[in-house]
Amino acid sequence: MTEIKFKLNGKEQTLNTDPNRRLLDVLREDFKLTGSKEGCGEGECGACSVLLNKQIVNSCSVPLANVDGQDIVTIEGFSKTKEYQVIKDSFATAGGVQCGFCTPGMIIATQSLLNTKPRPNDYEIKIGLSGNLCRCTGYNLIIKSVKLAAKDGDGLW
Amino acid sequence: MKDISKSINKVDNEEKISGKAKYVADYTMDGMLYAMTKRSSIAKGEIVNIEYPDLPKGYFIVNHKDVQGKNIIKMIFEDWPVFTEKNISYLYEPIMLVIGPEKSVLVDIIEHIKITYKEEKPIFAWTDSVIDYHFDKGHGNRIFDDADEIIEHTYETGYQEQAYIEPQGFIGYPEGDKTTLVGSIQCPYYVKNAVIQALGEKDENVRVIQANVGGAFGGKEEYPSLIGCQLAVAVKKIKKPIKLIFEREEDMLVTTKRHPSKTVFKAAIKNNQIIGLKAHVSIDAGATIGLSGVVLSRALLAVSGAYTIDHLDVSGDVYRTNTVPNGAFRGFGAPQMFFAVDMFIEHIAKSLNFDPLEFRENLLVKQGDRTSTNGLFREPVLMPNMIKKVIDESDYKNKIKQYSQKGNFKGIGMSLFFHGCGFTGSGEKNIIKAKVRLKKTKDGKVHILVAAVDMGQGIKTTFRKLIAHMLELDIEEVVFNNPDTDFVPDSGPTVASRTMMIVGGLLARAAKEMKSRWKEVTFTVEKEYEQPDYIKYDELHFIGDAYPAYSWGVNIVEVEVDPVTYQVYIKKSWSVYDVGKAIDEKIVLGQADGGLAQGLAYGYLEVMNHKDGKIMQKNMTDYIIPTAMDMGEMETYLFDNPYAYGPYGAKGVGELPLIGGPAAVAKAIESAINKNIYKIPVTPEYIMELMNND
Ligand code: FES
Ligand code: FES
Repeated sequence: MTEIKFKLNGKEQTLNTDPNRRLLDVLREDFKLTGSKEGCGEGECGACSVLLNKQIVNSCSVPLANVDGQDIVTIEGFSKTKEYQVIKDSFATAGGVQCGFCTPGMIIATQSLLNTKPRPNDYEIKIGLSGNLCRCTGYNLIIKSVKLAAKDGDGLW
Repeated sequence: MKDISKSINKVDNEEKISGKAKYVADYTMDGMLYAMTKRSSIAKGEIVNIEYPDLPKGYFIVNHKDVQGKNIIKMIFEDWPVFTEKNISYLYEPIMLVIGPEKSVLVDIIEHIKITYKEEKPIFAWTDSVIDYHFDKGHGNRIFDDADEIIEHTYETGYQEQAYIEPQGFIGYPEGDKTTLVGSIQCPYYVKNAVIQALGEKDENVRVIQANVGGAFGGKEEYPSLIGCQLAVAVKKIKKPIKLIFEREEDMLVTTKRHPSKTVFKAAIKNNQIIGLKAHVSIDAGATIGLSGVVLSRALLAVSGAYTIDHLDVSGDVYRTNTVPNGAFRGFGAPQMFFAVDMFIEHIAKSLNFDPLEFRENLLVKQGDRTSTNGLFREPVLMPNMIKKVIDESDYKNKIKQYSQKGNFKGIGMSLFFHGCGFTGSGEKNIIKAKVRLKKTKDGKVHILVAAVDMGQGIKTTFRKLIAHMLELDIEEVVFNNPDTDFVPDSGPTVASRTMMIVGGLLARAAKEMKSRWKEVTFTVEKEYEQPDYIKYDELHFIGDAYPAYSWGVNIVEVEVDPVTYQVYIKKSWSVYDVGKAIDEKIVLGQADGGLAQGLAYGYLEVMNHKDGKIMQKNMTDYIIPTAMDMGEMETYLFDNPYAYGPYGAKGVGELPLIGGPAAVAKAIESAINKNIYKIPVTPEYIMELMNND
């Protein structure tokens, strides 16, 4: 048991727990934030993506100890932002959602990408999404969704 | 009225994008326990003895002794035990569930259960034929007497893993006398009927509810019946909520995959033309037969591909081996066969020195032609115009000429294909007997009551849109919830590209009646499947119309092959489909992209194999599926060709776009390396082998 303090979706949290637990489990079990999904549990699929200090990470591969003192934003927290609105609308309009299991992770990946590259080219988009697997869409409409978000949200990032 | 194809935004976008949509792993219940599976550690043999450790309080073992009904999963061919009793026929066969509150304790218990076996030598060779089919068209094999030349090639395809991003899972709980399951499933009634049989329960005591499904692709067609039954047995015994969620590794190692296949083709050639074909198809069922017979039929029925050949001699075998059972996967035997036949026809054209495109165009199916089983292609066939469209868009003719020069390692390939929509033959009438209901409630809302599952293909949106369109309602006034067998009739499984055409067709009929009775305040309309009169199919002898309708497609794919590493890069693809009528264009285009990505990857990227019965790719690191980096730009066009019995003319969509992928990419690679390709996936190792065989 260790005391771990971190900011989660804008709020300071303190937990007394095993520091080796995966961040994903803590989010899903302790905070009931089930928007982050487990697709592989080994850092390959990106379904568990969250923002750690604004950068995308696979929460299944992050031991809780590593978030001590850090800032975590999950899809639930991110969905309260203006940036989210733009990304959400563009995914809906461009048809970037099928089964939806990869989607929260894709949204986080899009935010992380646009945050560093507000006007990405195709190649940069593909790199930005390459840590997130989607088995339904073949990525075509997801890439279009990201392009649309960059266009519609120009100036926001 | 507005054109129904005009796209709307999907109704479930909001909940899925925000992460609020609940998938089975997101459910928790008070007092919930977890289940894990103890599996065999050998591929073939007998269980001699099982030694259990002392179980801590609150932990349970559930095995075949707890099965109060039949210890066999109800499906087309019943040979899967719910829990293995004695005989082991593949590695990691499920023997029992271990259940309790702490997952770490479960892992520990599983480790300490000692099973002793009497091992036998497993069979991996394709020698144990458990199903064999044969049929002829025209003169069958006798046509070979007239041949002045015979061309023969063999084509092979490997395993493919569905790799839905959400692994399999259920949560089960008791509700009074009832056992209820919520799961990631394609076919609520398959699970329900299987559970009824396993529990030996009354119909009203089993309830199955669909959670949101994070991808399925056939992988959640029959497999969930197995773990659903196991969990139901456990819930009935322990009387507590229990959750069973696979981790990725377990999912990859033990769930069903696409059947590996081998097709031996012979063509009878006379005056430089094909006068007849002979084909033998072998597929590997793995340890249980399950759906394999139906997979083999679908492959055999597609034996002449998108071409008309008057004389056919067609046969195939399902082989049982001591490997993980293979099962449903989008396309269901058709991708294997369309790869083989489309390559074969191309290879014949090349060896007869014809332009392959002209050669293939001359053989194309036309309206009024006979199918492989002497059924009729009744509807207009738009393939010539469809081919022209993508040829023009892709500049195919110039590129193929340019790329055929040796040494530039660029290539372009084209596949031609169809998909028979719905169940094969009289399956809809004899086995499925789909029922749908529409209910108008006091508030003027219309409820769609069917067992069809939205697993990403968008049926929640397209069904509501269909009914709203027909009844001239707002889409908000049409309600469609995830199916719950306590409330919806059995409209059949969500498989075989049947959902819009068959279930949607029935809903459209119900809506028509509802419209005529709209004045009534609250009422229900029920419709049952009626087979179009023209369908007559003799299943035993493979004679007649195997499918009510066909969807058609053309894929052109451009690739580059790295001249040093032989890595293949997809540059771009152009596709055109005739799905009758798109109920929502954007949704169909999304299906088209996703299907093609799976089909292309099956052709060049996705490698799965077993060693001594053990699947060697146990996670997403070992089993490579496409990332955003792997897929080139995709352009897709749709041709309208309304089918009389589909709603607004809609035919099947879901499986079609996967089917042409393997042949298109293999031909593109052929054109890049100037070598014939006979097997998929076309890996760098295989290309190297071909290049070294100069
Ligand atoms: S679940 Fe974390 S990367 Fe797949
Ligand atoms: S939408 Fe299903 S995995 Fe991406």
